[in-house]
Amino acid sequence: MAQRNKKQVFHIKKMIYLLLGVTAVSSVALSFRTDALNISRKETTEEPVAEADSIVSKKAFLQAYKVLMHPRCMNCHPTGDRPLQGDDSHVHTMNVKRGVDGKGLYAMKCSNCHQPQNTPGLHMPPGNPSWHLPPADMKMVFQGKSPRELARTLLDKSLNGHKDKAALLEHVAHDTLVAAGWHPAEGLAHLPMSRAEFVKHFKTWLDKGAYLPDK
Amino acid sequence: MVKLNINQKEYSVDASMDMPLLWVLRDLLGLTGTKFGCGMAQCGACTVHLDGDAVRSCVTLVSRAVGKKIVTIEGLSPDTTHPLQLAWKEVDVPQCGYCQSGQIMAAAVLLKENPNPTDQDIDDAMSGNICRCGTYPRIRKAIHLAAKMQQEGGNGK
Repeated sequence: MAQRNKKQVFHIKKMIYLLLGVTAVSSVALSFRTDALNISRKETTEEPVAEADSIVSKKAFLQAYKVLMHPRCMNCHPTGDRPLQGDDSHVHTMNVKRGVDGKGLYAMKCSNCHQPQNTPGLHMPPGNPSWHLPPADMKMVFQGKSPRELARTLLDKSLNGHKDKAALLEHVAHDTLVAAGWHPAEGLAHLPMSRAEFVKHFKTWLDKGAYLPDK
Repeated sequence: MVKLNINQKEYSVDASMDMPLLWVLRDLLGLTGTKFGCGMAQCGACTVHLDGDAVRSCVTLVSRAVGKKIVTIEGLSPDTTHPLQLAWKEVDVPQCGYCQSGQIMAAAVLLKENPNPTDQDIDDAMSGNICRCGTYPRIRKAIHLAAKMQQEGGNGK
Protein backbone atom coordinates (compact mmCIF):
# COMPACT_ATOMS: atom_id res chain seq x y z
CA MET A 1 0.00 0.00 0.00
CA ALA A 2 2.80 2.33 1.12
CA GLN A 3 4.68 1.30 -2.02
CA ARG A 4 1.62 2.25 -4.12
CA ASN A 5 1.30 5.67 -2.42
CA LYS A 6 4.97 6.37 -3.06
CA LYS A 7 4.43 5.57 -6.80
CA GLN A 8 1.41 7.93 -6.92
CA VAL A 9 3.34 10.76 -5.30
CA PHE A 10 6.17 10.13 -7.79
CA HIS A 11 3.68 10.36 -10.72
CA ILE A 12 2.13 13.56 -9.37
CA LYS A 13 5.61 15.09 -8.96
CA LYS A 14 6.46 13.96 -12.50
CA MET A 15 3.30 15.63 -13.79
CA ILE A 16 4.09 18.84 -11.92
CA TYR A 17 7.66 18.96 -13.33
CA LEU A 18 6.27 18.20 -16.78
CA LEU A 19 3.74 21.00 -16.48
CA LEU A 20 6.40 23.37 -15.20
CA GLY A 21 8.65 22.35 -18.09
CA VAL A 22 5.92 22.92 -20.68
CA THR A 23 5.07 26.28 -19.13
CA ALA A 24 8.72 27.31 -19.20
CA VAL A 25 9.16 26.26 -22.83
CA SER A 26 5.98 28.04 -23.96
CA SER A 27 6.97 31.17 -22.06
CA VAL A 28 10.32 31.19 -23.82
CA ALA A 29 8.64 30.49 -27.17
CA LEU A 30 6.06 33.17 -26.55
CA SER A 31 8.71 35.64 -25.49
CA PHE A 32 10.54 34.97 -28.76
CA ARG A 33 7.29 35.35 -30.65
CA THR A 34 6.59 38.63 -28.92
CA ASP A 35 10.05 39.80 -29.88
CA ALA A 36 9.32 38.82 -33.44
CA LEU A 37 6.04 40.73 -33.34
CA ASN A 38 7.86 43.70 -31.90
CA ILE A 39 10.35 43.65 -34.74
CA SER A 40 7.63 43.49 -37.38
CA ARG A 41 5.81 46.31 -35.60
CA LYS A 42 8.97 48.35 -35.77
CA GLU A 43 9.14 47.65 -39.49
CA THR A 44 5.56 48.76 -40.05
CA THR A 45 6.19 51.89 -38.05
CA GLU A 46 9.14 52.61 -40.33
CA GLU A 47 7.09 51.77 -43.39
CA PRO A 48 4.75 54.69 -42.91
CA VAL A 49 7.42 56.35 -45.06
CA ALA A 50 5.40 54.93 -47.98
CA GLU A 51 2.15 56.04 -46.37
CA ALA A 52 3.58 59.50 -45.71
CA ASP A 53 4.77 59.67 -49.31
CA SER A 54 1.33 58.94 -50.57
CA ILE A 55 -0.04 61.73 -48.39
CA VAL A 56 2.65 64.18 -49.50
CA SER A 57 2.27 63.08 -53.12
CA LYS A 58 -1.51 63.49 -53.16
CA LYS A 59 -1.31 66.83 -51.35
CA ALA A 60 1.20 68.10 -53.88
CA PHE A 61 -1.02 67.07 -56.78
CA LEU A 62 -3.97 68.92 -55.27
CA GLN A 63 -1.84 72.08 -55.31
CA ALA A 64 -0.77 71.51 -58.93
CA TYR A 65 -4.43 70.79 -59.80
CA LYS A 66 -5.29 74.43 -58.97
CA VAL A 67 -3.08 75.48 -61.86
CA LEU A 68 -4.03 72.69 -64.26
CA MET A 69 -7.75 73.44 -63.89
CA HIS A 70 -7.36 77.21 -64.02
CA PRO A 71 -8.81 78.82 -67.19
CA ARG A 72 -5.29 79.82 -68.30
CA CYS A 73 -4.43 76.12 -68.63
CA MET A 74 -7.76 74.32 -68.98
CA ASN A 75 -9.15 76.55 -71.74
CA CYS A 76 -6.89 74.76 -74.22
CA HIS A 77 -7.65 71.29 -72.79
CA PRO A 78 -11.41 71.11 -73.46
CA THR A 79 -13.62 68.03 -73.59
CA GLY A 80 -14.86 68.89 -77.07
CA ASP A 81 -13.15 70.04 -80.24
CA ARG A 82 -13.61 73.73 -79.52
CA PRO A 83 -11.28 75.72 -77.28
CA LEU A 84 -12.60 77.70 -74.32
CA GLN A 85 -12.21 81.41 -73.65
CA GLY A 86 -12.09 83.85 -70.78
CA ASP A 87 -12.15 83.44 -67.02
CA ASP A 88 -15.58 81.76 -67.24
CA SER A 89 -14.21 79.22 -69.76
CA HIS A 90 -17.02 79.75 -72.26
CA VAL A 91 -16.77 78.01 -75.62
CA HIS A 92 -14.60 80.03 -78.04
CA THR A 93 -16.65 82.33 -80.20
CA MET A 94 -16.52 82.17 -84.03
CA ASN A 95 -16.96 78.38 -84.04
CA VAL A 96 -13.21 77.87 -83.74
CA LYS A 97 -12.28 74.19 -84.02
CA ARG A 98 -9.28 72.05 -83.11
CA GLY A 99 -8.44 70.59 -86.54
CA VAL A 100 -6.27 67.49 -86.94
CA ASP A 101 -3.04 69.05 -85.67
CA GLY A 102 -4.69 71.22 -83.00
CA LYS A 103 -3.87 74.40 -84.89
CA GLY A 104 -7.32 75.13 -86.28
CA LEU A 105 -8.97 74.76 -89.67
CA TYR A 106 -8.66 76.54 -93.03
CA ALA A 107 -9.17 80.29 -92.50
CA MET A 108 -9.73 79.66 -88.80
CA LYS A 109 -6.26 78.70 -87.64
CA CYS A 110 -5.22 79.77 -84.15
CA SER A 111 -2.29 81.87 -85.34
CA ASN A 112 -4.49 83.85 -87.74
CA CYS A 113 -5.58 85.89 -84.73
CA HIS A 114 -3.25 84.79 -81.91
CA GLN A 115 0.06 86.51 -82.51
CA PRO A 116 3.48 85.48 -81.19
CA GLN A 117 2.82 87.87 -78.30
CA ASN A 118 -0.23 89.20 -76.46
CA THR A 119 -2.00 91.90 -78.44
CA PRO A 120 -2.28 94.90 -76.09
CA GLY A 121 -5.69 96.03 -74.85
CA LEU A 122 -8.76 94.53 -73.20
CA HIS A 123 -10.45 91.63 -75.02
CA MET A 124 -7.54 91.32 -77.44
CA PRO A 125 -6.22 87.90 -78.44
CA PRO A 126 -3.60 86.48 -76.09
CA GLY A 127 -0.48 85.32 -77.90
CA ASN A 128 2.35 82.82 -78.03
CA PRO A 129 4.54 81.67 -80.95
CA SER A 130 2.99 78.19 -80.88
CA TRP A 131 -0.60 78.84 -79.80
CA HIS A 132 -2.57 75.60 -80.32
CA LEU A 133 -4.70 72.88 -78.78
CA PRO A 134 -3.55 69.30 -78.32
CA PRO A 135 -3.97 67.39 -81.59
CA ALA A 136 -7.13 65.44 -82.47
CA ASP A 137 -5.52 62.04 -81.82
CA MET A 138 -4.21 63.08 -78.36
CA LYS A 139 -6.69 65.52 -76.87
CA MET A 140 -5.25 65.58 -73.34
CA VAL A 141 -8.58 66.60 -71.81
CA PHE A 142 -8.51 68.43 -68.45
CA GLN A 143 -12.01 69.93 -68.46
CA GLY A 144 -14.46 68.28 -66.07
CA LYS A 145 -11.93 65.95 -64.47
CA SER A 146 -11.60 65.41 -60.73
CA PRO A 147 -8.09 65.44 -59.25
CA ARG A 148 -8.00 61.63 -59.32
CA GLU A 149 -9.21 61.48 -62.94
CA LEU A 150 -6.77 64.16 -64.07
CA ALA A 151 -3.82 62.54 -62.28
CA ARG A 152 -4.67 59.24 -63.96
CA THR A 153 -4.89 60.96 -67.36
CA LEU A 154 -1.52 62.64 -66.86
CA LEU A 155 0.16 59.34 -66.02
CA ASP A 156 -1.40 57.38 -68.88
CA LYS A 157 0.99 57.43 -71.83
CA SER A 158 -1.86 56.69 -74.21
CA LEU A 159 -3.53 59.93 -73.08
CA ASN A 160 -0.61 62.20 -72.18
CA GLY A 161 1.30 62.35 -75.46
CA HIS A 162 3.42 59.25 -74.69
CA LYS A 163 5.27 61.03 -71.88
CA ASP A 164 7.07 59.24 -69.08
CA LYS A 165 7.44 61.01 -65.73
CA ALA A 166 10.64 62.78 -66.78
CA ALA A 167 9.02 64.03 -69.98
CA LEU A 168 5.94 65.17 -68.03
CA LEU A 169 8.12 67.21 -65.70
CA GLU A 170 10.10 68.61 -68.60
CA HIS A 171 6.81 69.64 -70.26
CA VAL A 172 5.42 71.52 -67.27
CA ALA A 173 8.81 73.04 -66.42
CA HIS A 174 10.03 74.16 -69.85
CA ASP A 175 7.37 73.99 -72.57
CA THR A 176 7.02 77.43 -74.13
CA LEU A 177 3.24 77.25 -74.61
CA VAL A 178 2.75 76.17 -70.99
CA ALA A 179 4.63 79.38 -70.17
CA ALA A 180 1.80 81.37 -71.82
CA GLY A 181 -0.37 80.52 -68.82
CA TRP A 182 1.77 82.86 -66.73
CA HIS A 183 1.51 85.70 -69.26
CA PRO A 184 -2.23 86.33 -69.55
CA ALA A 185 -3.54 89.00 -71.89
CA GLU A 186 -4.90 92.18 -70.33
CA GLY A 187 -7.90 91.71 -68.08
CA LEU A 188 -7.54 87.95 -67.69
CA ALA A 189 -7.03 86.27 -64.31
CA HIS A 190 -3.54 85.25 -63.29
CA LEU A 191 -2.63 81.75 -62.17
CA PRO A 192 -2.74 81.24 -58.38
CA MET A 193 1.02 80.53 -58.02
CA SER A 194 4.29 81.03 -59.85
CA ARG A 195 5.49 78.50 -62.39
CA ALA A 196 8.37 77.58 -60.06
CA GLU A 197 5.90 76.76 -57.27
CA PHE A 198 3.71 74.79 -59.66
CA VAL A 199 6.70 72.79 -60.92
CA LYS A 200 7.77 72.15 -57.31
CA HIS A 201 4.35 70.67 -56.48
CA PHE A 202 4.23 68.69 -59.71
CA LYS A 203 7.71 67.27 -59.06
CA THR A 204 6.82 66.39 -55.46
CA TRP A 205 3.75 64.56 -56.71
CA LEU A 206 5.90 62.48 -59.08
CA ASP A 207 8.90 62.01 -56.76
CA LYS A 208 6.77 60.81 -53.86
CA GLY A 209 5.18 58.11 -55.92
CA ALA A 210 2.73 59.84 -58.27
CA TYR A 211 -0.20 58.69 -56.14
CA LEU A 212 -3.73 59.27 -57.39
CA PRO A 213 -5.75 61.54 -55.11
CA ASP A 214 -8.70 59.81 -53.43
CA LYS A 215 -11.39 61.57 -55.42
CA MET B 1 12.63 101.48 -93.80
CA VAL B 2 11.02 98.05 -93.77
CA LYS B 3 10.96 95.78 -96.80
CA LEU B 4 7.74 93.87 -97.42
CA ASN B 5 6.69 91.55 -100.24
CA ILE B 6 3.07 92.38 -101.10
CA ASN B 7 1.23 90.91 -104.08
CA GLN B 8 4.54 89.72 -105.54
CA LYS B 9 6.07 93.20 -105.39
CA GLU B 10 8.80 94.47 -103.08
CA TYR B 11 7.91 97.57 -101.09
CA SER B 12 10.02 99.70 -98.78
CA VAL B 13 7.84 101.39 -96.20
CA ASP B 14 8.55 103.81 -93.42
CA ALA B 15 6.87 101.82 -90.68
CA SER B 16 7.79 100.73 -87.19
CA MET B 17 7.96 97.02 -86.47
CA ASP B 18 5.00 97.21 -84.10
CA MET B 19 2.66 98.87 -86.61
CA PRO B 20 -0.30 96.67 -87.60
CA LEU B 21 0.06 95.40 -91.17
CA LEU B 22 -3.37 96.82 -92.01
CA TRP B 23 -2.07 100.34 -91.37
CA VAL B 24 0.77 99.76 -93.83
CA LEU B 25 -1.56 98.39 -96.49
CA ARG B 26 -4.22 101.06 -96.26
CA ASP B 27 -2.50 104.19 -94.97
CA LEU B 28 1.02 103.86 -96.35
CA LEU B 29 0.44 101.97 -99.60
CA GLY B 30 -3.14 102.88 -100.49
CA LEU B 31 -4.23 99.25 -100.86
CA THR B 32 -7.69 100.02 -99.51
CA GLY B 33 -9.44 96.85 -100.68
CA THR B 34 -8.62 95.39 -97.26
CA LYS B 35 -11.01 96.89 -94.70
CA PHE B 36 -10.78 97.98 -91.09
CA GLY B 37 -13.67 96.41 -89.18
CA CYS B 38 -13.19 95.90 -85.46
CA GLY B 39 -9.44 96.27 -84.93
CA MET B 40 -9.37 93.31 -82.56
CA ALA B 41 -9.42 90.16 -84.72
CA GLN B 42 -13.14 89.65 -84.18
CA CYS B 43 -14.73 90.29 -87.58
CA GLY B 44 -12.45 89.19 -90.44
CA ALA B 45 -12.84 92.30 -92.65
CA CYS B 46 -9.05 92.83 -92.64
CA THR B 47 -8.14 89.27 -93.72
CA VAL B 48 -5.06 88.97 -95.96
CA HIS B 49 -2.78 86.05 -96.76
CA LEU B 50 0.55 85.71 -94.99
CA ASP B 51 2.51 82.82 -96.52
CA GLY B 52 -0.85 81.34 -97.49
CA ASP B 53 -2.64 81.72 -94.17
CA ALA B 54 -5.66 83.99 -93.67
CA VAL B 55 -4.32 86.32 -90.98
CA ARG B 56 -6.14 89.29 -89.45
CA SER B 57 -4.01 92.22 -90.54
CA CYS B 58 -5.39 94.53 -87.83
CA VAL B 59 -3.52 92.59 -85.13
CA THR B 60 -0.64 91.23 -87.24
CA LEU B 61 2.40 93.38 -86.69
CA VAL B 62 4.86 94.39 -89.42
CA SER B 63 7.56 92.44 -87.55
CA ARG B 64 5.66 89.18 -88.27
CA ALA B 65 5.21 90.00 -91.97
CA VAL B 66 8.85 90.75 -92.77
CA GLY B 67 10.33 88.07 -95.05
CA LYS B 68 6.93 86.55 -95.82
CA LYS B 69 4.64 86.71 -98.83
CA ILE B 70 1.66 88.99 -98.26
CA VAL B 71 -1.34 88.78 -100.59
CA THR B 72 -4.26 91.22 -100.41
CA ILE B 73 -7.55 91.21 -102.32
CA GLU B 74 -5.83 93.33 -104.96
CA GLY B 75 -3.30 90.54 -105.58
CA LEU B 76 -5.58 87.49 -105.39
CA SER B 77 -5.55 87.30 -109.20
CA PRO B 78 -3.96 89.59 -111.79
CA ASP B 79 -7.26 90.30 -113.56
CA THR B 80 -9.98 89.56 -110.99
CA THR B 81 -10.63 86.13 -112.51
CA HIS B 82 -10.03 83.98 -109.46
CA PRO B 83 -12.93 81.46 -109.38
CA LEU B 84 -14.15 83.06 -106.16
CA GLN B 85 -14.26 86.50 -107.76
CA LEU B 86 -16.12 85.10 -110.75
CA ALA B 87 -18.52 83.16 -108.55
CA TRP B 88 -19.08 86.23 -106.32
CA LYS B 89 -20.17 88.20 -109.37
CA GLU B 90 -22.24 85.33 -110.73
CA VAL B 91 -24.15 84.86 -107.46
CA ASP B 92 -24.19 88.62 -106.78
CA VAL B 93 -23.06 88.00 -103.21
CA PRO B 94 -22.38 91.47 -101.76
CA GLN B 95 -24.96 93.79 -100.29
CA CYS B 96 -23.05 96.70 -98.75
CA GLY B 97 -19.79 94.98 -99.66
CA TYR B 98 -17.72 96.08 -96.69
CA CYS B 99 -16.80 92.58 -95.45
CA GLN B 100 -16.53 90.95 -98.85
CA SER B 101 -12.80 91.21 -99.51
CA GLY B 102 -12.19 89.53 -96.15
CA GLN B 103 -14.78 86.87 -96.99
CA ILE B 104 -13.13 86.12 -100.33
CA MET B 105 -9.62 85.97 -98.84
CA ALA B 106 -10.85 83.51 -96.17
CA ALA B 107 -12.68 81.42 -98.77
CA ALA B 108 -9.53 81.29 -100.92
CA VAL B 109 -7.64 79.55 -98.13
CA LEU B 110 -10.52 77.09 -97.74
CA LEU B 111 -10.51 76.19 -101.46
CA LYS B 112 -6.73 75.89 -101.54
CA GLU B 113 -6.76 73.41 -98.66
CA ASN B 114 -10.06 71.70 -99.48
CA PRO B 115 -11.02 71.92 -103.18
CA ASN B 116 -14.42 70.33 -102.65
CA PRO B 117 -15.80 71.65 -99.36
CA THR B 118 -19.07 70.54 -97.79
CA ASP B 119 -21.45 72.96 -96.09
CA GLN B 120 -19.84 71.99 -92.79
CA ASP B 121 -16.35 72.72 -94.14
CA ILE B 122 -17.58 76.14 -95.28
CA ASP B 123 -19.01 76.83 -91.81
CA ASP B 124 -15.74 75.73 -90.21
CA ALA B 125 -13.71 78.01 -92.46
CA MET B 126 -15.95 81.07 -92.67
CA SER B 127 -17.58 81.48 -89.26
CA GLY B 128 -14.95 84.02 -88.20
CA ASN B 129 -15.92 86.40 -91.00
CA ILE B 130 -18.90 88.46 -89.99
CA CYS B 131 -21.37 89.99 -92.47
CA ARG B 132 -23.79 92.56 -91.03
CA CYS B 133 -25.96 92.32 -94.13
CA GLY B 134 -26.34 88.58 -93.61
CA THR B 135 -25.16 87.48 -97.04
CA TYR B 136 -24.13 84.09 -95.65
CA PRO B 137 -26.42 81.95 -97.87
CA ARG B 138 -25.02 83.62 -101.00
CA ILE B 139 -21.44 83.29 -99.70
CA ARG B 140 -22.01 79.57 -99.23
CA LYS B 141 -23.55 79.26 -102.71
CA ALA B 142 -20.68 81.18 -104.31
CA ILE B 143 -18.03 79.04 -102.59
CA HIS B 144 -19.68 75.87 -103.91
CA LEU B 145 -19.80 77.43 -107.39
CA ALA B 146 -16.15 78.52 -107.20
CA ALA B 147 -15.16 75.00 -106.12
CA LYS B 148 -16.97 73.63 -109.16
CA MET B 149 -15.32 76.16 -111.48
CA GLN B 150 -11.92 75.37 -110.00
CA GLN B 151 -12.41 71.64 -110.54
CA GLU B 152 -13.60 72.18 -114.11
CA GLY B 153 -10.40 74.03 -114.93
CA GLY B 154 -11.32 77.60 -114.20
CA ASN B 155 -8.75 80.09 -113.10
CA GLY B 156 -8.29 78.57 -109.68
CA LYS B 157 -4.80 78.45 -108.27
